[in-house]
Amino acid sequence: MTPAPPALEIEELSLSIAAARVVDGVSLAVAAGEVVAMVGESGCGKSLTAQAVMRLLPDAVRHQGGRIRVAGQDITALPDSAMRRLRGRALSMIFQEPQAALDPLATVGAQIAEALRLPLARARPAVRAMLEEVGLSDPERRIDQYPFELSGGMCQRVMIACALIARPALLLADEPTTALDVTIQAQILALLRRLAAERGTAVLLITHDMGVVADIADRVAVMYAGRIAETGPVGALFAAPRHPYTALLLAAIPRLADTPKSRLAVIEGRVPMPGAFGAGCRFAERCPLADARCTAQAPPLRDLGGGRHSACFHAERVG
Amino acid sequence: MPRHIAGRVGQALVAAFGVLSIVFVVLHLSGDPTLLLVPPDASAAQIAELRHALGFDRPLLAQYLAYLGQLAHFDLGQSLVQRAPVAVILAARIPYTVELALAALAVAIGLGLPAGIAMAVWRGRPAARLLAVVVLAGQSLPTFWSGILLILLFGVTLGWLPTSGADSASSVILPAVALGLVTMAGFARMMRIAMLDELGRDYVAAARARGLSRGAAILRHVLRNAAIPVVTIAALEIGNLLAGAVIVETVFAWPGIGQLAMQSIAARDFLVVQAVVLFVSLVYIGMNLLADLAYAWIDPRIRRGP
Repeated sequence: MTPAPPALEIEELSLSIAAARVVDGVSLAVAAGEVVAMVGESGCGKSLTAQAVMRLLPDAVRHQGGRIRVAGQDITALPDSAMRRLRGRALSMIFQEPQAALDPLATVGAQIAEALRLPLARARPAVRAMLEEVGLSDPERRIDQYPFELSGGMCQRVMIACALIARPALLLADEPTTALDVTIQAQILALLRRLAAERGTAVLLITHDMGVVADIADRVAVMYAGRIAETGPVGALFAAPRHPYTALLLAAIPRLADTPKSRLAVIEGRVPMPGAFGAGCRFAERCPLADARCTAQAPPLRDLGGGRHSACFHAERVG
Repeated sequence: MPRHIAGRVGQALVAAFGVLSIVFVVLHLSGDPTLLLVPPDASAAQIAELRHALGFDRPLLAQYLAYLGQLAHFDLGQSLVQRAPVAVILAARIPYTVELALAALAVAIGLGLPAGIAMAVWRGRPAARLLAVVVLAGQSLPTFWSGILLILLFGVTLGWLPTSGADSASSVILPAVALGLVTMAGFARMMRIAMLDELGRDYVAAARARGLSRGAAILRHVLRNAAIPVVTIAALEIGNLLAGAVIVETVFAWPGIGQLAMQSIAARDFLVVQAVVLFVSLVYIGMNLLADLAYAWIDPRIRRGP
């Protein structure tokens, strides 16, 4: 018997806007019950990757190549109607601004019931149970409330209820805590972690926050300028990064032990503009280890063993 | 909610009172209204007699209070030209204008909103561009000209519809189309902008992420949200419709208050003109109040807010 296919398998995904390859050959897998964090600066292509998995890319973005399999099923070639049936049931998504992601004119309950394809009257018991599961007090009253009557944290719980009520195997979470207060952030992350574990849901978490990654993820994929720089288990990757970009990112996290008023570590330079990508490594011009080979050819993602991969010629010299 | 509605009703009442007062002030600022009512060759004695008969020789405050007292009894005075109570003259015309305005509104909403929705949903496609041209044309044609074109085509050349008067049930069609076209364009453009604004919002992506088709997301979520800004404009457009009725009723010889206003201005029938101005202003205020009530009905943030 062959083992069950991963909940999500992205293979050499490439997306472009006009002539620029904003996502270039990204490969990634998320197993059932696993939380994989995709980390990178804004514009590195992580949100587009998630939208490509949902097949809800903006009109300007073209799918150039690569396959996406959800529970073994290739969704890149599915007809729209079949894809629509998968959304909410096989895979679902939560968003950065929970209040903006809810229709202000519809009740919370009606929106959650939509994920079950049922009118609220029939879905009511299930919706109430789900609201309870995401930790909302007084769920019976919350069902008939409007988003403006709830706080941001409560709205994100509602979004999570919406995303998980139909028991999808895969949840995409696009910066789910960025818009929330720090204390609420921790609660929401703990909730995601718990629900994913209980239900065996695979989670692809998109974030720019290394703190969030450390809190919740099993594995990390670090993205830079549309490519994966490094992947690996969270503990090993944080302890010994194998890509200069990851190393600099980790060094840039402010720590309580830092001398007060000391300069924050930053990564010099800027992310190259899409369209100005050269033939070589996209991080080369900011990289302390870069040499002539780095600017001439793109480093492939190499298997370093122990579940770790790095797209750096000098991976062994990092750190 | 009750606070919101009470506030809006109060504002509307203040605005209505303001309109009544402004009409009174304008009447008296423009000099002795008696002079507007008499023929140019009237003698000073005749003028003085009429002035006294109409009460224009009393103190201004007394006149103002008397004027408000009359309005409270729906007494708009006596038309000196038509020798009939102004209220009776107006009441005979209002049903025609209401019929015309409602028919024009049906044209404007029936064509304008779907056109606006289609232009937003089909954005970038040839069909949307074609619609944009039609809408622009509808907005650009002055009603007096589009009215004449409609008469020529459907009345004279094809002979399908009556061209003037209000003698048969189909008489309202041509003036309603002429009047509704401009408003239709306004509705279409507003609806398009509101739809495009809403279509780009996160809740649409979220609705699709939980399995709604684009059409279902539009029907269940986008339309209601897009309706909020359109409702405001709709109230103003209905006001403009009444202004447009003055021209359209004249072109099509439609016996409504627009035609009455034109005739009364020409005949210097001052009290009738004043009554028409009052009526149109009060309708305008009433429409805005309706729009405010509609908000509360659509938007829970107003309905259930503080």
